[in-house]
Amino acid sequence: MWVAQQSQSVFGVPLGTQHGLFWIKNTHITSLKGLQKTLRYALSYPNFAPKGLLHPGFRWRTLKHSIMNRIEQLFQRKDKNVLNIYFTAGYPGLNDTEDIILSLEKAGVDLVEVGMPYSDPLADGPTIQESGTAALENGMTLQLLFEQLAAVRKKTEMPLIMMGYFNQVMQYGEKAFFEKVAEVGVDGLILPDLPLFEYENHYKDLAESLGLAVSFLITPQTEPERIRKIDDLTHGFIYIVSSSSITGAKSGITDTQLAYFNRINDMQLKNKRLIGFGISDHETFETACQYANGAIIGSAYIKALKNNPNVAECTAEFVTAILLDRH
Amino acid sequence: MIAVDERGYYGEFGGAYIPEMLWPNVQELRENYLKFMAEPDFQREFQSLLRDFVGRPTPLYLAKRLSEHFGVTIYLKREDLCHTGAHKINNTVGQILMAKRLGKTRIIAETGAGQHGVATATVCALMGLECIVYMGEVDIERQAPNVARMKMLGAEVRPATSGSKTLKDATNEAIRDWINNPVDTHYIIGSVVGPHPYPDMVARFQSVISEEIKWQLEEHTGKDYPDAVIACVGGGSNAAGAFYHFLNDTRVRLIAVEAAGEGIHSGKSAATSVLGTKGVIHGSRTLLMQTADGQIVEPHSISAGLDYPGIGPLHAHLISSGRAEAICFFFFESLEAALFLSRQEGIIPALETAHALSALRVMKYNPTDVLVLCLSGRGDKDLNTYMKHL
Repeated sequence: MWVAQQSQSVFGVPLGTQHGLFWIKNTHITSLKGLQKTLRYALSYPNFAPKGLLHPGFRWRTLKHSIMNRIEQLFQRKDKNVLNIYFTAGYPGLNDTEDIILSLEKAGVDLVEVGMPYSDPLADGPTIQESGTAALENGMTLQLLFEQLAAVRKKTEMPLIMMGYFNQVMQYGEKAFFEKVAEVGVDGLILPDLPLFEYENHYKDLAESLGLAVSFLITPQTEPERIRKIDDLTHGFIYIVSSSSITGAKSGITDTQLAYFNRINDMQLKNKRLIGFGISDHETFETACQYANGAIIGSAYIKALKNNPNVAECTAEFVTAILLDRH
Repeated sequence: MIAVDERGYYGEFGGAYIPEMLWPNVQELRENYLKFMAEPDFQREFQSLLRDFVGRPTPLYLAKRLSEHFGVTIYLKREDLCHTGAHKINNTVGQILMAKRLGKTRIIAETGAGQHGVATATVCALMGLECIVYMGEVDIERQAPNVARMKMLGAEVRPATSGSKTLKDATNEAIRDWINNPVDTHYIIGSVVGPHPYPDMVARFQSVISEEIKWQLEEHTGKDYPDAVIACVGGGSNAAGAFYHFLNDTRVRLIAVEAAGEGIHSGKSAATSVLGTKGVIHGSRTLLMQTADGQIVEPHSISAGLDYPGIGPLHAHLISSGRAEAICFFFFESLEAALFLSRQEGIIPALETAHALSALRVMKYNPTDVLVLCLSGRGDKDLNTYMKHL
């Protein structure tokens, strides 16, 4: 999940000044293991290691933070028209996870949000709930999903985010869950019912030390002060909930929503922003992209999969229709 | 000292695990509920409604034949005599006043047995507010009389068709409605569940039950506390009300009675305190019935009001800290208890209450003890079920 640094700052830590980082920057390290290997090499052959890497002032933690995960790397490369697609793991078929992710990548999607199916998804509408129920009936478990994602990670560098509800995390064990997420090569997390306060006090340090980008949501009702706080705590991107609704509820974008998007833009937040909820077709995607760095589509894709469970074919058609001339 | 902290925790249970979309609503309530409740105007209005509309104080009745039968002094707190037939209206009267002060014009609620739905529809009619009640499809069928009452009162009853189609799912739907209508709508939760401040707010509105028990008992016996308070627990609102003023009085045993359904390990049970593990349900960290993978299990109880896979965080704290004793009963035990009370005391209890009555058969007590049992509701709505098993 770690990729060598290519930018000037990550997680707010300015780069270029730390000892040894320049050297690391110019090697092709794509994983934490790779990084460890490089450091081991440096320790074994100190004469060949760049000056500074083995300097007593070198801090492992700083180095970890200065390496960017795939989500941040994506936004370095591309900060317009970013397309993030959500799907529920285990739907339509139990073992479709890999097919879906690879098909989405092939079709030109930038980021994939993997839904952990849940019995009581409060923030989601009927489409996503039904897909979750079906996935659970198919036999999806968190353990199986982790196995599937670890296998997918060997085949793609696509940034991956897991989305689920906090009860699932609690049962897995919070610390074990965060560590497992990082271990299988997932880059980010969205846990809509994990309160900011709890995150900040109990899980923030853990997530950051693992290099996980945790995204939070803001809605039309979120007050500016709280938006600032969310911006502070977020790594990766902020999830702009387009309207006061559950997922899949409304379609189309109104003037009130545009005013809200403008209001957020005027705040000059440090994080990139993706708009979600109610984005379902080319037109809504285009509009969202004019007001943010990109958009998130969930229910519409699940509906498409429901109508055509042939994953490769359905995904190619769906994404093409969303992007049209974009790629 | 048992009390809620400012983040809504009782010990390790409680809090507000809600999606950001609900944050402004919950925050608005959290900032205002104590302030409003402390206002003399609010208290005047609340107390006068409790007296003149609800019919409080409800009697504390010495059940002589029941006492003789069990060889102990048993008082029944007659919440079944409240307007609409159960304790639920204590809370809805309080919350509707809260909603009015928050400027809300639309009320939503979830209901299991239908008692909370009826109590919400009633106060909405009283205040002229729009009322939508979410109710599981299964419950709509088994609690038909209450559905009719809600309709008569002008409320719209919307069926919850997901999951087990019972109280849990009705609550999910109500929460989703609130997410979709964040500005004009107040959600009247019917039990001591949900995100902070609901468990505390509902417990405070229901605390009138134990407040009255105290002075009524003093009138009857010269002592203002009983040796034990017994109440049934689904989410736990009548128990929270009956326990409230005795929470920190360790002379009083607190006995929470749950529904074991067809047996605790039968797979058809709602005995959360036994089967439950720590988790998050409907915005609160508490004990709930779930799989090892964190999927919430569909509960089962003959009584729609106890058919809930969680338990209020206050009760989770009371039970896991040992302050309250939890007992659960098979459904046929509660049917027998209902029949017994009907024929011995001339009171037809609700099925939920009948579970609490069953506790008398197994709990240990001294013959000199004074027990108070919260008779939370009347049994009219359950006559169909009773007739089937008679």
